[in-house]
Amino acid sequence: MALQRLFTGDPELLGIVLLSLRVSGTALLLSTLLGIPLGVVLGLKRFLGRRAVIALLYTGMGFPPVVVGLVVYLLLSHSGPLGSLGWLFTPKAMVLAQTIIALPVVAGFTMAAILGVEPALRTQILALGATDWQAAWTVVRQAHTGIVVALVAGFGSIISEVGAVMLVGGNIAGSTRVLTTAIVLETRRGNFELGLALGLVLLLIALLLNGLVLWLQGRSIER
Amino acid sequence: MNAGEVFRLEQVRKVYGQREVLAIEELAIFQGEILGLVGPSGAGKSTLLRLLNFLEPPTFGRIYFQGVGYNGHVPLPVRRRITTVFQRPLLLEGTVAYNVAYGLHLRGRRDFRERVAEILERVGLSALAGERAHTLSGGEAQRVALARALVLEPEVLLLDEPTANLDPYHIALLEEIVCRQNRERGTTIVWVTHNVFQARRVAHRVGLLLSGQLVEIAETEAFFERPRDPRTAAFVRGEMVY
Repeated sequence: MALQRLFTGDPELLGIVLLSLRVSGTALLLSTLLGIPLGVVLGLKRFLGRRAVIALLYTGMGFPPVVVGLVVYLLLSHSGPLGSLGWLFTPKAMVLAQTIIALPVVAGFTMAAILGVEPALRTQILALGATDWQAAWTVVRQAHTGIVVALVAGFGSIISEVGAVMLVGGNIAGSTRVLTTAIVLETRRGNFELGLALGLVLLLIALLLNGLVLWLQGRSIER
Repeated sequence: MNAGEVFRLEQVRKVYGQREVLAIEELAIFQGEILGLVGPSGAGKSTLLRLLNFLEPPTFGRIYFQGVGYNGHVPLPVRRRITTVFQRPLLLEGTVAYNVAYGLHLRGRRDFRERVAEILERVGLSALAGERAHTLSGGEAQRVALARALVLEPEVLLLDEPTANLDPYHIALLEEIVCRQNRERGTTIVWVTHNVFQARRVAHRVGLLLSGQLVEIAETEAFFERPRDPRTAAFVRGEMVY
C-alpha cells in the first residue's frame, strides 16, 4: 500500500521518505566530517588519553539511541543550556541526535580500518620521501574499503533508529515525521499493513544505498 | 669530515626505553661505494639504516650527511636524497606503474611516464606495468620495490636485506641491478645482509655489527681474508659468535 502510494506520488509519504533521507543524510555527512578525521588520528597517532577516547568511542557505539535522544532533549528543552536555539521538535534536533549516534560508529570503524593497514607500510612510504601528511593520506587511501564500511555502518545506525528522533522530533506530521516514527504511529493505530509497507520502503532504501556502496567498493577493489 | 664522505657518524647511540640497540663510535660511508653490513639478527643493522634514512633521530650523537650534522629535524629535501628498500616489499593498491611512480607523485612530478618505463625496463618488469601490484610474486614485488626506489635517482640507496626471501634467480637479478646502479650512476649503497657470501660478492667494504656495536670495518678482501678481530674471523667462518 505504502509502495503504491509512494510510486503514485503521494505527497505525504514522499515527504516522509525525503525527510528521512535528509535528516539521516545530513547526520551522516556531519558524523563523516568529524568521525573520519577522529578515527584517522586515533589509528595513526599515539598520545596521552588515546585509550580513554577509544573507550568512550566503544561505549558510544553501544549507547542506546533513546538515551542520546533524552540527553539532546534535555539540552534543547526551554530550560536546557541550548534551549535558546529553538531546535526542539525540528529536523535540526533530529540531525543533532543522529550525528551523536553515528559519530562513534564512523570514528570507531575508521580507526579499525586504519589499524588494519600494515604499520610498516607507513615507514616504507616515509622512506620514499613522503611528508607526515602524505604518509597519513596514503594510509587512509589504503584503508578506504574499511572506511566505506564505517560509513555504511554509520548510516545503518541512524536510518533505522526510532527512539531519539521520536523524542527530539516529536513525530509531527509534515514537519518531523520520518519513516521509523511513522511505522510506530501506524502500528499504534492498528494499521499494520501500512506499517509493514513503510518498513519495506525503509528496507528498500537501505538496500539501494548499500548496493550502491558495494558496487563502488567492488570497483575500487578491482582497480 | 673528509673529502668523499657521504655520511659520518660520531658517538651515535640509539636507545629504546632502557635498551641500547646501537652504539657506533665512528663510521664513515664514502661516495660511490657499496658498504656491506653483516651481523646476526638484533645486531642493530636495521636500526642503523633507519637512522641513515633519517626516519628517526639518534638518541645521542650526530649524523653528518654531506658535511652537515643532524640530530632531530632533517629538512625534507635532504631526506629525499636517500631511500630504502626493505626486506618485505609493501606495495600500494594499484598497478605496478602506479607503485613505481609513487615517489615521483610525492615530489609533485608529473613528467614521469618515460622515467617509469625506463626503470621498469631496467628491472625487467615492462610487461607487468599495467598489472595490479598485489598479484605479483615475491620476487617481482621486490623488483617493483627496487624500481620505485631507483626511479627517484637517490644519492644513497639503503638496502635492508632485500633478497632475504628471494629465490636464487631473483637474488642474482637484484644484485646485478644494484651493482649496475652503483657502477653506472655512482649511487652510494649501504647493503645490510645476513648472507656473508652476498656481502663478499657485492660490497667494496664490509662491516660487522654485533650487539649494536661496529666490531670491524674493512675492504672486502681484507675483511674476509685478514680479519683483525677474532669475532669477525669467527663470523666469516660461519661460527656462532653471538
